[in-house]
Amino acid sequence: MAQYLLLIYGDETQFENPPPELWNQMMEQHGTFAQGVVKQGGKIVAGEALQPTATATSVRGWDSGDPVVTDGPFVETKEALGGFYIVEAADLDQAITFAKQCPAPAGGIEVRPVMDTSQSSAGA
Amino acid sequence: MTEVSQVLAQAHRREWAFVLAATVRVAGDLDIAEECVQDAFVSALATWSERGVPDNPGAWLTTAARRRALDLRRRDRTLRAKLPLLVGTERAAFSDEVGGAEEASVIPDDRLRLVFTCCHPALAVEAQVALTLRLLCGLTTTEIARAFLVSETTMAARITRAKKKIAVARIPYRIPPVHELPDRLDAVLTVVHLLYTTGHTAPEGDRLVRPELVERALDLARMLSALMPDDREVRGLLALLLLNDARRATRTGERGRLLLLEEQDRSRWDGQAIAEGTELVRQALRRGRPGRFSLQAAIAAVHAEAPTYADTDWREILGLYDALLAVWRSPVVELNRAVAVAMVDGPVAGLAAIDTVAGDSRLAAYPYLQAARADLLRRLGRQDEAAAAYRTAMELATNAAERSFLAHRLQEVTAGAE
Repeated sequence: MAQYLLLIYGDETQFENPPPELWNQMMEQHGTFAQGVVKQGGKIVAGEALQPTATATSVRGWDSGDPVVTDGPFVETKEALGGFYIVEAADLDQAITFAKQCPAPAGGIEVRPVMDTSQSSAGA
Repeated sequence: MTEVSQVLAQAHRREWAFVLAATVRVAGDLDIAEECVQDAFVSALATWSERGVPDNPGAWLTTAARRRALDLRRRDRTLRAKLPLLVGTERAAFSDEVGGAEEASVIPDDRLRLVFTCCHPALAVEAQVALTLRLLCGLTTTEIARAFLVSETTMAARITRAKKKIAVARIPYRIPPVHELPDRLDAVLTVVHLLYTTGHTAPEGDRLVRPELVERALDLARMLSALMPDDREVRGLLALLLLNDARRATRTGERGRLLLLEEQDRSRWDGQAIAEGTELVRQALRRGRPGRFSLQAAIAAVHAEAPTYADTDWREILGLYDALLAVWRSPVVELNRAVAVAMVDGPVAGLAAIDTVAGDSRLAAYPYLQAARADLLRRLGRQDEAAAAYRTAMELATNAAERSFLAHRLQEVTAGAE
């Protein structure tokens, strides 16, 4: 098994102050997704929803010794990072299967293998 | 060439994919497997020169490469243990099955695993194409770079990146499960078809055809057809390549001038390839709804079977294009359908059909759209408009043979207008 980060991107304006029905529906969809992952032999290691990018703060320039703090997300995009899961899957095919099942209205999922830092320095 | 090096060259062409695929399972790593197969070919040259060519060269090479892989894994257990194993290769990795006397018949045929790993949709199409040529056809990075007119450094980086992704992201070495197979197979067939079309009309450069790519694409289509004999689209792809390639010798005339279908000497078409291709089309169309490769092959078969250009059954071709559009909505198919409309209902109807797709931004840089429009305008006697369309097509065309054809046509219409 290996770990993959599923990054959920989407149009966050759709989820500003969602009406309760929409909120409940989304929670239900995520619950179904989580159950599905387990049923298929995978595991959800972690998963969180994020507050909108309007609440984001970026800190740049660690190596300069004098980091600069700015308002806003690291990269301004139409499709913003709205949440994530860390899942355990047998291989990329299974991780992609999970990504296809992960709720991501008006957006999509980026699948990133998590580096196993105990095994190798370069990740390969 | 000596007899041994001849046999080796033939084995390289015919057995590379089998030998490598069987070695990957033991090595658990694509790079190590490639090294071992190369070593096996080197030692074959020495051993066979001394003791003669074995009865089954492929089996000899496979056994040699797999033993070498097993040796390497045993010797460098600590070092290699750090390498992530390809998913799907673990179980056999340290087994002794390779150590003893191995019969050719028990070596598993892993070529399909290798095919599906090379053509995994998580890899960029250019990477899929490069890996296919490298791992399934045994081409060197230099040869692949030359075929695609990119620098060797660029191609080497592309291949290294793709292999690293396979290992790190754990793209499995496996035939996909049945419910994923149609989509995954479509990706494989697309790669083989892309190889063929790149060779068939070289997108850049002076020569129209790059025969080495065409040959490799045909080899791959034959291999897939042997490995998946029941799949209709695999059969359709092989048919499509055979039928198009049957016309290879007649596509250019003196000094590389491009010859259109109507100008080609049909007596020089490869009758054997056409017979094989049309039979495959018949089989592919026999049951159920045909896919896009079978339908394209059927269209090629109608052209191939017409004794003269004037005898072409354009109505049947138009019907096949309609069926093709139903399974594969592509602006290029719509454009080709528009050309068939022109042949059935005349140039005015054809122009109208072209104009409905001309707005598609995906065709904005496609030279054939303007070339097709120009041809219909020319036939309608609208010489000025035809000349303008030929000029645009020339600006878009990147192949020298095609450009000089368009220049010739442009000259004709501008001379006629005076």
